[in-house]
Amino acid sequence: MSSAAETMIDVRVWRGGEEGEYQSFSVPRRDSQTVLDVVTWIQRNADPTLAYRFACRVGVCGSCAMTVNGRPRWTCRTHVSKVVEDGRLEIGPLANLPVIRDLAADMSPFFDKWQKAEGTFVPSRTRHEPLETISPESAERQAADAAIECINCGVCYAACDTVRWSPEYFGPAALNRSWSLVNDVRDAGNLKRLAAAASNGGCHNCHSHQSCEQLCPKGLNPTASIAGLKRRTMQAYIRGEIS
Amino acid sequence: MSARPHTTGYRGDRLWLAAMVHRVSGVLLAAFLPLHFLVLGLAIRGEAELDGFLQWTKSPLVKFAEIGLVLLLAIHLLGGIRVLVIENMPWRDGQKRMATLAAVAAVGIAGVFLVALL
Repeated sequence: MSSAAETMIDVRVWRGGEEGEYQSFSVPRRDSQTVLDVVTWIQRNADPTLAYRFACRVGVCGSCAMTVNGRPRWTCRTHVSKVVEDGRLEIGPLANLPVIRDLAADMSPFFDKWQKAEGTFVPSRTRHEPLETISPESAERQAADAAIECINCGVCYAACDTVRWSPEYFGPAALNRSWSLVNDVRDAGNLKRLAAAASNGGCHNCHSHQSCEQLCPKGLNPTASIAGLKRRTMQAYIRGEIS
Repeated sequence: MSARPHTTGYRGDRLWLAAMVHRVSGVLLAAFLPLHFLVLGLAIRGEAELDGFLQWTKSPLVKFAEIGLVLLLAIHLLGGIRVLVIENMPWRDGQKRMATLAAVAAVGIAGVFLVALL
């Protein structure tokens, strides 16, 4: 319900593709309101042509990330009260990715780089062999655990200056995935994966700014994973396993 | 209609600043190094010329400027050690603390140099 006395938020939303402009909307302030609630309000009440992406609304699917007041955020779990500045919100598509339209960024380069980083599980056993027993306490399992909660939202990718400066760079999420698999004792694709991690777009590009860690909504630390890859690729190089 | 602005609100964090300070100190040291070699090269042209320049470096202003050089060297060395530890040893949390420690130690070293000068 709206009333003349209710508090409004001044919301500027990016409209267009790579070329475009911010459009202003006045959106009623609500308790416990998320940034995704704000975008949805605009689409349902002010302009149904606004393009944006979301699915689960509860921080699981990783599809609703946008730039909010200059920083990439998962909008479904970002409360307006946490990010609003002087009653204003500026919402744009994720940085470092092409724009499809309005708030929808094209995630293709992000996922293409997962492939380039060999972020695919390579089984070492067939379905006819017994399942491998893995102790939850083992060092490898714990190392893999540190990276498996990634929801592929692209926040780290949009917050990475190295991605901005080196278009070839795989980015934090793809290398974080790579580190998970390097520590997966069931996986048989490590040599190819380490060769990819040591390639031009790989882990040695990272300057350890740790913006990915600062902004990861799941509290992961891709910089630590990338540092692990740097050590592991160095060891593999010294042993002559990769060139 | 205009191009999408660069959004860089994530910059300015302590670790981002640490990386920038490390990089800028490296660039400044690299700019200083040719001048240093140029001065050393004066020795080839004769003792008097080098001695004349070395006498100039003893002036208070140049001595004072050396503190900046010491600060740059200390900051770049300690920042470099921090990066080497990150990249070659098992991960340790608390990198913000490490960066702050490196900065404080570098200023401390420059401070000791200043006290020695006075």
